[in-house]
Amino acid sequence: MSASQVVAQAVSDEAVRRRDDSAVLRIGEDDGERLEAEAGASDTRMIMNMGPQHPSTHGVLRLMLEMEGETVMRSKPVIGYLHTGMEKTAETLTYLQGPTNVTRMDYASPLFSELAFSMATEALLGVAPPPRATWIRMLMCELNRISSHLLFQATNGMDIGAVSMMLYGWREREEALRLLETITGLRMNHNYIRPGGVAADLPDGWRDRVLTLIDALPARLDEFDTLLTGQPIYRERLQGVGVINTAECLALGVTGPILRSTGYAWDLRRDMPYLAYEQVDFDVVVGTYGDCFDRYAIRLNEIRESIAILAQILDQMPPGDYRVQDKKVTPPPRARIDESMEALIHHFKIFTEGFKVPAGEVYAAVESPRGELGCYMVSDGSAVPYRMHIRAPSFVNLQTLPHLMRGGMVADAVAVISSVDPIMGEVDR
Amino acid sequence: MNDSSGHGSLPTGDSVRHVTRQQLAETVAGLRDEGYASVLDVTAVDYLEHPGRTDLPPEVAPERFELVVTLISHVAPARIRLRVQVPADDPTVPTLFDLFPGTEALEREVADMFGIVFEGHPDPTRILMPPDWEGHPLRKDFAVGQIPVQFKATR
Repeated sequence: MSASQVVAQAVSDEAVRRRDDSAVLRIGEDDGERLEAEAGASDTRMIMNMGPQHPSTHGVLRLMLEMEGETVMRSKPVIGYLHTGMEKTAETLTYLQGPTNVTRMDYASPLFSELAFSMATEALLGVAPPPRATWIRMLMCELNRISSHLLFQATNGMDIGAVSMMLYGWREREEALRLLETITGLRMNHNYIRPGGVAADLPDGWRDRVLTLIDALPARLDEFDTLLTGQPIYRERLQGVGVINTAECLALGVTGPILRSTGYAWDLRRDMPYLAYEQVDFDVVVGTYGDCFDRYAIRLNEIRESIAILAQILDQMPPGDYRVQDKKVTPPPRARIDESMEALIHHFKIFTEGFKVPAGEVYAAVESPRGELGCYMVSDGSAVPYRMHIRAPSFVNLQTLPHLMRGGMVADAVAVISSVDPIMGEVDR
Repeated sequence: MNDSSGHGSLPTGDSVRHVTRQQLAETVAGLRDEGYASVLDVTAVDYLEHPGRTDLPPEVAPERFELVVTLISHVAPARIRLRVQVPADDPTVPTLFDLFPGTEALEREVADMFGIVFEGHPDPTRILMPPDWEGHPLRKDFAVGQIPVQFKATR
């Protein structure tokens, strides 16, 4: 049997098993109370709500838990509390305004949504950003990956009861965000990566600031190791909790650290390279057991890999333009507007009407800190997307929750939610 | 528009295949045996207002809705996109849940947003909108900014 047949067989077996013995509580949002009333007082199973307003649910995730005593049997994530119709909004925004919309989806790693959106637009346009723009995008994405994984370390620590971790994780993340602010002007929701390149060139002194950060971080990460990795209580809370295997992950469409925690090395940066990732050297971190501890350790070590990538980017950053010199996509330089009427009109046109994108459809994907983040875009030849869909990794990964929590204690549910690291803005869009 | 060769950092050209609703499950099962280990995405497009669609091959009759299923093979590294025409007067598609349980939430989203019914889906409830919502927001005839307040308590 070839490798592909093994995977196919495993996935199909898994599909059958899921139908027969489901961990998913498939009832309507309002049915919990009714079902419980029907079951009567003698029944030991009860249906409980966790969230949507609960600090450990990372925003507005609501879980319907079928409990037997303190053990979680079946469960169902109920989402939509943060749904603001961003895919519908995208149909009214030009391609230049689009990144301001998608950047608000995954607010912990906004640059990745901007990147996927820009890559899809560029594929439709047939425009390739210049090398410097590509490397700036890589620089920004790895900085963002670090800040996102630091946020995970902070919240995961707090969820498990290591409250001081919240302070340390937040402190390091703030330093990464400060760097992002220096470059993009904003701490979050940057609107920095745009079709055709990036919004602005790197500011003076960026190299020193990146160096300061990546010089300081490894020692801090070693402190995390001291505080958490070897700590018996922490390990007890995470090891063997929320276990999942590769076949289950593939059947459920799971990507990112959760898939890698099962020992399956799949990272788009290495396996389907985009930007210039084939020119940098890094390791794909995998786990062994697919439990909460592996997912914690993967994210911690991915910060270290990102630091290694950043060091290579500093060495290899090419000179040149930070956005493509294509008059159709790129507004004229500011100085030209003062001296040329045509440049003023051109500038005005791009920012009011936008630029027209040839008709077609495309799917572009990047490896976000949470998995494969894809942008499916359909253009009808006008200046706004006809349809813009974001394949949000958190949305798909959330389907693992019932399978991870089944048979565990309700206190472990908190560890499981945290280890999946969902961003509700991206789940609900 | 899928040939983007020559552009270093652009997404590699994914292959696209047009299948009918009846062939969808069979095609996905066949692709799974070829090594397409995961369904990444299920989404839809409402082509109600698209003037002059030209990207369909001549043998495919355009319909109002199009279901788009993206699969990934880790062996070849490749993605494939299946495009399925779904008529407006009978918006039903057989579910892919039995092949890939990960399509459950994705299909619920498409059903919620486009009103496409997935036959055999284990949990055909709304996922993003409230259960008592009327209409399907991502349809092109669902206007932006003209939505009456639809919650039960306010009636």
